[in-house]
Amino acid sequence: MLIVRRLAQLVPTLIGLTILLFFWVRALPGGPAVALLGERATPEAVADINRLYGFDRPLLEQYFTYVGRLLQGDFGTSIRTRRPVLEEFIDRFPATLELSLAALLFAVVVAIPLGYVAARRRGTIVDHTSVVVSLIGVTVPVFFLAFILKYVFAVKLGWFATTGRASVDINATNPTNLYVLDGLLTGELDASWDAILHLVLPAIALGSIPLAIIARMTRASVMEVQGADYVRTARAKGLRPGRLRNRVILRNAMLPVATTIGLQVGLLLSGAVLTETVFSFPGIGSFLYQAISSSDYPVLQGFILAIAIVYALVNLLVDISYGLIDPRMRARS
Amino acid sequence: MTAVLPPSPEPDEASGSGLAQPPVLAERGSDGDRSRTGGLFRRGGRGGRGDRAKDDAGASVWRLAFRRLRRNPVAIIGAVIVAIFLVVAIAAPWLAPYAGDATPGRDLIRPTAIPGPSAEFPLGLDRFGGDVLSKLIWGARASLIIGVASTLIGLVGGLLLGLLAGSFGGWVDSGVMRLVDLMLAVPSLLLAVSIAAVAGQRPFAVILAIGVVQIPIFARLLRGSMLAQKGQDYVLAARSLGLSRGTVTMSHVLPNSLGPVIVQATLVLATAVIEAAALSFLGLGGGRPTTAEWGRMLTQAQNELAIAPQLAIYPGLCISITALGFTLLGESMREALDPRSRKG
Repeated sequence: MLIVRRLAQLVPTLIGLTILLFFWVRALPGGPAVALLGERATPEAVADINRLYGFDRPLLEQYFTYVGRLLQGDFGTSIRTRRPVLEEFIDRFPATLELSLAALLFAVVVAIPLGYVAARRRGTIVDHTSVVVSLIGVTVPVFFLAFILKYVFAVKLGWFATTGRASVDINATNPTNLYVLDGLLTGELDASWDAILHLVLPAIALGSIPLAIIARMTRASVMEVQGADYVRTARAKGLRPGRLRNRVILRNAMLPVATTIGLQVGLLLSGAVLTETVFSFPGIGSFLYQAISSSDYPVLQGFILAIAIVYALVNLLVDISYGLIDPRMRARS
Repeated sequence: MTAVLPPSPEPDEASGSGLAQPPVLAERGSDGDRSRTGGLFRRGGRGGRGDRAKDDAGASVWRLAFRRLRRNPVAIIGAVIVAIFLVVAIAAPWLAPYAGDATPGRDLIRPTAIPGPSAEFPLGLDRFGGDVLSKLIWGARASLIIGVASTLIGLVGGLLLGLLAGSFGGWVDSGVMRLVDLMLAVPSLLLAVSIAAVAGQRPFAVILAIGVVQIPIFARLLRGSMLAQKGQDYVLAARSLGLSRGTVTMSHVLPNSLGPVIVQATLVLATAVIEAAALSFLGLGGGRPTTAEWGRMLTQAQNELAIAPQLAIYPGLCISITALGFTLLGESMREALDPRSRKG
């Protein structure tokens, strides 16, 4: 029921977005035809395009044509590659998904223990480290961090790959297009390892923002929970420290942290544009960068809509997963 | 991009121990215990009861917050960084040895070698023969302009929307909030990119883009803050005294709701410096490759990473440190204004 209701709530947002994106293309300098043809278009060519694409028709009619096409899966055609925008998106999405998951995994694996220990041992070196790490994550630009990581660990030390998702000599089959998983599925472990070497640095760079925020949140949340009455009671009743940590403190402290992790998706998608560009990682982010540099507006328009849909669906998934973590949420819905 | 950071309790602990901070100890003096109960009676010794009441009314939240800020080492570090940044940005014409887009060392540049530090150019040269030190100094000014202008756009837009939603309620409120949700449905950088694309290739595009992206955050913050104030007894009291709804909103509810908004504005200055660099990295905002702007310098440095990595390090550090300054100051202000941490 919750899922149906939340899906229904998405509809007005998506309608609003299509309206905004529709007018966005018409607000571009020179209008939609110039956006398609480039600034040196001749007036005749502009007139042709206007007739061909129906830009001379009434706005309302144009909007419904646009939405009609979207519903049929037609998100426009890239000017640069001449391929359908949706196809480009679907081709590149697994790369960004893999990178974002790796970044989130890195962030969670480092941030939760760091935040936990910082809260349990207030004022120690771990606590101070967690504060510094949080500040670095929030104040150092993602692409600057990506630069430094690339320069030190890939260019100078040669430990990791500098660009791309896979080495040229790797010729693996990719059933899911998530390269690390593909290697495991097909038994081509060298391909998996190669993909990991390409993934580590971009994932650390991209993961730095969520890392900072999750660590801060974990520290604050554990600090609040460990002062709660039920923790004192549990301790007074002689609960073993390990059990107290896992069953009482962590489980309660993780609720706001889970919310925070869910909220990182937008940041990851924004950061992916920058990180993928530095590492020439062939995902939707670096493709968007190329679209921006070459004024490929249909790609921008289509990708923004597609990303907003993905973003909304992920938020929906996060909402649903709260029910699994927090029994109180299940009871309420 | 600005993180929602939970308040950390350092300042209270620091002022509690007292030993590390002689000035605080001296200031606290004889009425140290009373000051701990809220700091309201700090000036109690100087006047009669009436004065004290007047002080309380005027000192209010702001003076108390300022007192707490002054004692917080984190806030001091932030304020010092921000002050240095402001001085450099404002005094750039006098501090910088060369103009921002000048290329005094262009004859020294070779395709495979970019000279490092020398007596004439303390931080070396860039690809075009520009003096890196001068460009960093002028870059501070560019960042300050972008930061302040975009924060103002976000602030004014957010205040208008927040005020609209917070004071009228009803369908106006839901309409405004739907618009805000819509803007938040797109990841912030993409929203900024699409706004910058419409505004064309000029520096103002970046300012507009960063500013507009902040509007929904300011609007939500102010609306939430106003709604919380509206439920307070003093609003009811003012209304029952016969003040009109508009007067109560503008002269009581709004000023009392501004705390979180001002904190957010400080944090947005940090975000703006970073986002401006990101947009310029993505090739938006126009300008020539020689323009003295940190983001552009960092982007340009990407091409020279193999022969002159320092060209990336300098502007990157400037961006990070400036963002750090505004973040530390903003976080300390949040803490100082937070009623829950008002212990002294």
